[in-house]
Amino acid sequence: MSINKVTVSALAIIAVSATAAAARDQVQIAGSSTVLPYASIVAEAFGENFDFPTPVVESGGSSAGLKRFCEGVGENTIDIANASRQIRDAEREACAAAGVTDIIEVRIGYDGIVFASQQDGPAYTEFTPSQWYLALAEQIPGEDGTLAANPNTTWADVDPALPAEDILAFIPGTKHGTREVFEEKVILQGCEDTGAMERMMAGGMDEDAAEEACMSIASDGRSVDIDGDYTETLARIESDASGVGVFGLSFYENNTDKLKVATMNGVTPSTETISSGDYPVSRPLYFYIKKAHIAAIPGLKEFAEFFVNDDIAGEGGPLSDYGLVPDPELAETQATVSDETTMQ
Amino acid sequence: MTDVTAAGPTGAGKGSLLNQDDRTGKRNRAEGRFKMYGLIAVCIGIGMLVLLLISILSNGLSSFQQTTLRIQVDLPEDKLDKSGVRDPSVMSKVTTFGYAPLLRDGLVATLAANGIETELSDKDVAELISDESVAQLRNRVLANPDVIGTTIEVNALASGRIDGYYKDRVTMASAERDSNISPEQLQLADRLKEAGLLGTSFNWLFFTAPDASDTRPEAAGLGVAILGSLYMMLIVLVLALPIGVAASIYLEEFAPQNRWTDLIEVNISNLAAVPSIVFGILGLAIFINFAGLPQSAPIVGGLVLTLMTLPTIIIATRAALKAVPPSIRDAALGLGASKMQSVFHHVLPLAMPGILTGTIIGLAQALGETAPLLLIGMVAFVREYPDSPLDGGFFDPATALPVQIFNWTQRSDPAFVERASGAIIVLLLFLLVMNLTAIFLRRKFERRW
Repeated sequence: MSINKVTVSALAIIAVSATAAAARDQVQIAGSSTVLPYASIVAEAFGENFDFPTPVVESGGSSAGLKRFCEGVGENTIDIANASRQIRDAEREACAAAGVTDIIEVRIGYDGIVFASQQDGPAYTEFTPSQWYLALAEQIPGEDGTLAANPNTTWADVDPALPAEDILAFIPGTKHGTREVFEEKVILQGCEDTGAMERMMAGGMDEDAAEEACMSIASDGRSVDIDGDYTETLARIESDASGVGVFGLSFYENNTDKLKVATMNGVTPSTETISSGDYPVSRPLYFYIKKAHIAAIPGLKEFAEFFVNDDIAGEGGPLSDYGLVPDPELAETQATVSDETTMQ
Repeated sequence: MTDVTAAGPTGAGKGSLLNQDDRTGKRNRAEGRFKMYGLIAVCIGIGMLVLLLISILSNGLSSFQQTTLRIQVDLPEDKLDKSGVRDPSVMSKVTTFGYAPLLRDGLVATLAANGIETELSDKDVAELISDESVAQLRNRVLANPDVIGTTIEVNALASGRIDGYYKDRVTMASAERDSNISPEQLQLADRLKEAGLLGTSFNWLFFTAPDASDTRPEAAGLGVAILGSLYMMLIVLVLALPIGVAASIYLEEFAPQNRWTDLIEVNISNLAAVPSIVFGILGLAIFINFAGLPQSAPIVGGLVLTLMTLPTIIIATRAALKAVPPSIRDAALGLGASKMQSVFHHVLPLAMPGILTGTIIGLAQALGETAPLLLIGMVAFVREYPDSPLDGGFFDPATALPVQIFNWTQRSDPAFVERASGAIIVLLLFLLVMNLTAIFLRRKFERRW
């Protein structure tokens, strides 16, 4: 029967191609969606200029990437994990348990987090962390440090200098690494700046409990968690002029025709102000390499060296053009990669 | 009926087919209302479809056009091949960073030669050209080292913002606020167009080129995605059709009717309704973690989609086999054919149109599936084409059409919205062709009894 013949020949082809599938010859990367655009820019340039194939870059988030990174050593595991935060101790333990012991940590630069609203919307042009704390906190302590529900409903309630619009903020959902930075560098900072934290501690709370109270964000509709990516935040901003969104610097720089950025403490976000440390809300970006794979996967070390090369990650390179804030200590990172120095 | 008999004695003499009584009128009005509700439901459905198509087409049709610039580029020997031996392996030491200034100087010189003056700096002028063109120029020189020392004409891709300007995505007003382009650059592009150096043509690269990074949306294409989808469909067809048909023939023609076959039947119907992400989890656990197959490879995608498509094919095949009248089987058996002969010589050929239709619909469903591919690493940035299937191409990394759409919608550059809509149009066309084939096969070969 012809069906039988087709089946047999198909199985034969699959068997032949299975034996023909040689060792993996391209670098495999997964992890943070913030690092993804940078990694794909470098992968593209790497594939163009070297004889190695273009690396395959997946996204999925820092935690998911590091989890896959720690699954073990071998060709069907990834070589590099991108992360928008440092690897955690628990993750390193998981790695070690699966045999991934020698890990090279590479810091590629910094990412700025900006606050932007619709181009033609209300004048959200100047913010401070205190304003964000007073706008979004679930509870704010009174003079004696006892917590009461946040009474502010419009930005003008928070600060008369701000527009009299209902508070509506689109902030990253809890699964994003950006959320952590937002809470620590904006909300917690604001809590300290307004003296709210001091009042809470004076009122008898310990430091951990006070921090937690500072960072608990109201869930009554004034802030909306965005679990998707910045394109979703942009779509929400475009349909609601009174909203303010949290974006990555590179996303904002690609959409300056639609978005109006606000200053933080009077500093305009840019690669310069972030690298000088004047703009307060930023975080380092990393990737992690399995040292054991360097010998087995062709092009892995070359790719890592190419990534942190001055032409790529330095000032004026394609990554800084796209919005990455170059690392002032890039030379040390280059040495780490070329010496294959692992984490201690 | 009861109404009529009940109305009989009391309303004697009044009943007439020409004059409706109240009850008949009421029933007729109810029918009219029901028809109207149905019509409204259909109209809502069509309206939604039209809205969807309008939004996709208005966003996406422009991705089939691409703006290019015609530039004369000098290729000096001292920059590209200092040794002078024209050996590509030596020349490849000059990276795209070495080629970029050549293209920039070429554009500036082309402007001067055509009498176009501009106050923009050379760097701003160079922003009219896509980074991809630099890589294309380098590949062209490496493939044919003899062009070094001459001046060649290059058809360079325009950068995404310039391309968007001729597709009404970028305007002078938006360029005013845009940090990536200035109105002066757009005016320069207009003057290049007047001089005939800038033009728009059909974008073949959209179908053949691989994906591109966030900085060059103008170069992004569907090549790898189409190839990956094709490979997966091949695997699904080759595995799911024979397995599905064999299982259906056994269950329908040979298997005894007992508790076990009932259980199998319930499970098959159940599997057909399982969310596709479940098959992705299964694929990750079995094919990658246990069997050790590579990540991001069409072989794993194909196997996962096979599992997903099998129930659809089995259900369609069993329905097609059931539709063949028992008299055919009885006649064959009566003439001395064995059970197997009656099935393979008579029943199966008659059921074939139904089986093919079911298979094609199953394939179309698999072609549009994204969720199971998320977990097996196919939602990735892949720029290398997979090899041919005979060279192990099923094991090379690739993406798929729906995955490419998902990827592009997440990019920050607005030009990718256009690309994503263009890819949706391509995917819809593929699905349309497959479904039309299914309808054609059914109409052409279907036999009524």
